[in-house]
Amino acid sequence: MASGNRPLSPHLQVYRPQITSMLSILHRMTGVGLVGGALIFTYWITSATYGPEAFDRAQSILGSWFGRLVLLGTIFAFYFHLANGIRHIAWDAGWGYEMPKLRASGVVVLVFSTSMTFLTFLAGYWAAGVI
Amino acid sequence: MEFRSPLGRARGPGSAKEGGIGQWKAERLAAIALVPLTLWFMASAVFMVGADLATFKEWAGAHGNPVLLILLTIALYHHAQMGLQVVIEDYVHHEGVVIISLVLVKLGAFFCAAYTIFSIVRLTF
Repeated sequence: MASGNRPLSPHLQVYRPQITSMLSILHRMTGVGLVGGALIFTYWITSATYGPEAFDRAQSILGSWFGRLVLLGTIFAFYFHLANGIRHIAWDAGWGYEMPKLRASGVVVLVFSTSMTFLTFLAGYWAAGVI
Repeated sequence: MEFRSPLGRARGPGSAKEGGIGQWKAERLAAIALVPLTLWFMASAVFMVGADLATFKEWAGAHGNPVLLILLTIALYHHAQMGLQVVIEDYVHHEGVVIISLVLVKLGAFFCAAYTIFSIVRLTF
């Protein structure tokens, strides 16, 4: 850096947690986490080119209790990052900066991502014939 | 119109440097493309729970699915490497570590995307 004394971004630990700041850092954390989701996607697709044993192994790893736990986190991260990303695009277009709208859209994002995660898992269990 | 002072330009403060607008647009373009592509993938992948290879191949090779899968792969890894770049530039302060991390992230994203696309193409034959 050219000069060492310019103001820095506020640090997470200094301020009282609010829905605005918490969703902001959650957007980053889910984004980094979803890189893992991308690698799972690649593993799943590529395993199919190595024959039935390799694909069945991938399916059983993803279907194990640990695989399902990872997928639960990944799918929540996906819906959250998707909804909050659309919130970001709306801000880029100049919409939603007023505090009541900012909080309301944050609540919408949380309700959407939680319920869509639940519905996706329900659909997955239904597709597998468990329910 | 140049709003920066000559001294400010020489020192080059600001994280965007040159070409910040292009990066900003590219981030949003990939993000917007991912909205329909990921929703389509999620809705389709749910029905692959417990599927065998034949069922999976039938889905992956059907109609426009290989094209959508390839577009998803490109947008996904493009978006992922740009997102990781922002995070690395924000939290890593050692310049050498930043450069090495960015090279690894970008080459890794290229590799994963190429490997996935190659597999998608192979699945359709």
